[in-house]
Amino acid sequence: MAPAGTAGTVRQVNENQCQHCMPLGGIIAFRGIEGAMALVHGSQGCSTYMRLTCVNHFNEPVDIASSSLNEKQTIHGGEANLKKALDNMRRVYAPSVIGVLTTCLAETMGEDLDRIIRDYRNGQEAGCPDIITVPTPSYSGSHTEGYWAATKAVIAHYARPTEPHRRINVIVPHISPADIREIQRIFTLMCLEITLIPDYSLTLDRQFAGRYQKLPPGGTKPHEIAAMPGAPLTIQFGATCPDNLSPGLWLEQEYGVPLVNLPLPVGIEAADQLIAVLEKISGHPRPEALANERGWLLDAMADAHKHNAEGRTVIYGEPELVYAITRACTENGIAPVVIASGTRTSRLTSCLEPLLTGLDEQPVVLEETDFAAIETAALNAGANIAIGHSGGKFFTERHGIPVVRTGFPVHDRVGGQRILSAGYTGTLALLDRITNTLLEEKHGSYRRLRYEEATRTEIREGT
Amino acid sequence: MDTSSVIPGGVACISERQDSIQTAGKSKTAIHCADDSLAGSVSQRACVFCGARVVLNPVTDAVHLVHGPIGCAAYTWDIRGSLSSGSEMYRNSFSTDMKERDVVFGGEKKLAACIDEIVEKYHPPAIFVYATCVTGMIGDDIVAVCKEATRHHDTEVIPVESSGFISGNKVVGYRAAALALMRLITPKEGEQVEKTQKLNFLGEYNLSGEMWLARRYLAEMGIEINVAFTGDSTVAALKQAPGACLNLVQCTGSMHWVAQQLEKEFGTPFMDVNFFGAENTAESLRKIARFYDDPVITERTERIIERETARIRPALERYRQKLAGKRAAIYVGGAYKAVALIRQLRELGMEIVLTGTQTGKTEEYATITSLLDDGAIVVDDTNPAEIERFLIEKKVDVMAGGVKERVLAYKLGVGFVDHNHDRKECLAGFDGAVNFAREVYISTCSPVWKYLRTPAGGA
Repeated sequence: MAPAGTAGTVRQVNENQCQHCMPLGGIIAFRGIEGAMALVHGSQGCSTYMRLTCVNHFNEPVDIASSSLNEKQTIHGGEANLKKALDNMRRVYAPSVIGVLTTCLAETMGEDLDRIIRDYRNGQEAGCPDIITVPTPSYSGSHTEGYWAATKAVIAHYARPTEPHRRINVIVPHISPADIREIQRIFTLMCLEITLIPDYSLTLDRQFAGRYQKLPPGGTKPHEIAAMPGAPLTIQFGATCPDNLSPGLWLEQEYGVPLVNLPLPVGIEAADQLIAVLEKISGHPRPEALANERGWLLDAMADAHKHNAEGRTVIYGEPELVYAITRACTENGIAPVVIASGTRTSRLTSCLEPLLTGLDEQPVVLEETDFAAIETAALNAGANIAIGHSGGKFFTERHGIPVVRTGFPVHDRVGGQRILSAGYTGTLALLDRITNTLLEEKHGSYRRLRYEEATRTEIREGT
Repeated sequence: MDTSSVIPGGVACISERQDSIQTAGKSKTAIHCADDSLAGSVSQRACVFCGARVVLNPVTDAVHLVHGPIGCAAYTWDIRGSLSSGSEMYRNSFSTDMKERDVVFGGEKKLAACIDEIVEKYHPPAIFVYATCVTGMIGDDIVAVCKEATRHHDTEVIPVESSGFISGNKVVGYRAAALALMRLITPKEGEQVEKTQKLNFLGEYNLSGEMWLARRYLAEMGIEINVAFTGDSTVAALKQAPGACLNLVQCTGSMHWVAQQLEKEFGTPFMDVNFFGAENTAESLRKIARFYDDPVITERTERIIERETARIRPALERYRQKLAGKRAAIYVGGAYKAVALIRQLRELGMEIVLTGTQTGKTEEYATITSLLDDGAIVVDDTNPAEIERFLIEKKVDVMAGGVKERVLAYKLGVGFVDHNHDRKECLAGFDGAVNFAREVYISTCSPVWKYLRTPAGGA
């Protein structure tokens, strides 16, 4: 639908962006591959801006190489600079995997990346790192699409026909390192071995070690990725992932690995759905630890339901997380009044449909949108809380609507890398953050509001 | 791999970068600088667009419209700490959000449509239109679109030719911004700006209100700021720029050229000033007073300096006692800031063992090197691998720099002072000198390092 204020016409200008650009998502995905480093083929500024965005969110150094194209190469081709960049990053960082991500500049120049890389590899002695190229021009999509595209490209690069084995493929969307760790813990509790990709749970949330390793330890191992075609099935948390970008679907179509595409386990239903699948696969019932966690979540839902019923929320960000949080909200009686994403290509709207049918009030759903439109819709709907990344800071600054920070990027609070929302435990943590934000608002205003209401002279009709 | 114990100091991680690194007292030749960044070196630099946007973005009531795909606008949305006393328009980020079809068929139509929408919704006094890599590459004629839009709407639509690929050096972007500013402030035919006794403050971006503080000192001296370039400025105020009798230049990298242009076009003389550190502030105030050559102003100036210096002395002395002998590193964007930081850290009794900039020029590096003790490392356009090596090698206690350096310093257990465009503390003037000392102190002497530097399980 057209954003409010410009009824009937499609707005051209994007005012305050809800998404970042495509290579950024690729950088995060490559951070989840063991020994990998990303190279952005474009201007120096692209990689520096993406580093800055990652650094601010993860509070970690995120070194990204650039081919540092300038005017001359833009005219005559960036091949020499790209090769030089590969040489230099190998000298300093010695990565075993290099992810080459293009920019809108390189794509507009029409760089034949595959030819250049083939040529580069031919000129190398043994020991050349694996080089994986992913076209990620900013004009084609947001960081969400870039993330899926890079994850799929890595799998496609390594996957080989493999003897059947027991390890389950687990493909995660762009979530926090803490959420990845929680998902790993759940599989471990269910006694299931997995290959989780991309695993940046340690690389983008390092422990203090007193010294600095240029390439952080951790990440999915390439030989395990190679064996993904031999897995009994793939569980992909990618309900909103479009088919053409779906790594799990690719594995199914290329290698016949059955795909179980699930929503993120955020909210009791989605978490139950995951555990039910895992019980079936493993043949074991959930262990006591998970049963306890579920019980605590239920208990909290009861304790908080009346507070939550006062929530009228805006939910915005990347489609998968937006969908997951919307589920958690509707389960708890928090009314989603605006559901929005800056991402262009996703199945968010169709995922939301069954969820929203039957709600007392139909929310405004905005895809490929900006904060100007989200803000207008939120004010029209009388939102009193927002859930999403730091881009929503103006909700608070301009309208006094608090923002429960989650997703990416979170640059105005610490700990973006350890925001936990997955599993029963994560859902409980998320719910507490939401409920307590509502309570803080309530305690800060109810005395004044009750007084104002009681002393108001006119009585409004219908209230 | 820790090789720091076996290699001599100041060695580059990539040999081609060795000419960009010097050791004070040892190096005889000039430092290699201001060149394109080496591909794959993980430079801390940004791009032309970045430089232009940094300089222009603080113009508070203008709309800043980035013509290109979404990334360039998204990464630069409200990321600077320039404060405004009025309009908050500049804190929004507008993008033409180019898609495939715009790249294939050209983005001029979409740009014009975006300008129309913005004018209809906000009626801003000016719109800066920034070119990006793609629009430069496909040859969108933003100058023509802006000209037509200016004619069509009752607002100034100013092109900023800042295609990122032109250079990885922000300085080139400063020039693109400077040209846009000159276009804005040059009086149109029939317009005239009366000369006044006020001054312009160039290269002052009002980060955490620093321009306001300088304005307070100047007001007490009896001098008024006409307009700052560009901290807390408005389009209308900038148009009065030719009316100043003097231009102060703080951030020389971004504004020397503008000052030269203003001198050429309007006959306004300029002088370099620096409000970072108490000594620099006092010197700058005296320099300004000398220009006005008025005994009343001179007397007031001395009174301010005496009063403020006495007021902050005890606090500075307290911090000095805590910090004396500690080892500091500096890596910042511009050389003027590096020079000021060297002086300030010295005033706190600290030893500066590493200094670098992203955009310093040969003569500025000569100044930096002459200020440092023998053995200190000087570096142009460095990268994380070198910073890591030098921080360890030089046993640095605290580093001053930007966001990307901060996380690296912390990973090594090194303290950090935020001296970037994002800072939230006023670091200029006499009060800023105390704030700065405090920030150096709270990080250098934080209790957390004791635990981080102790092996697991306690000592």
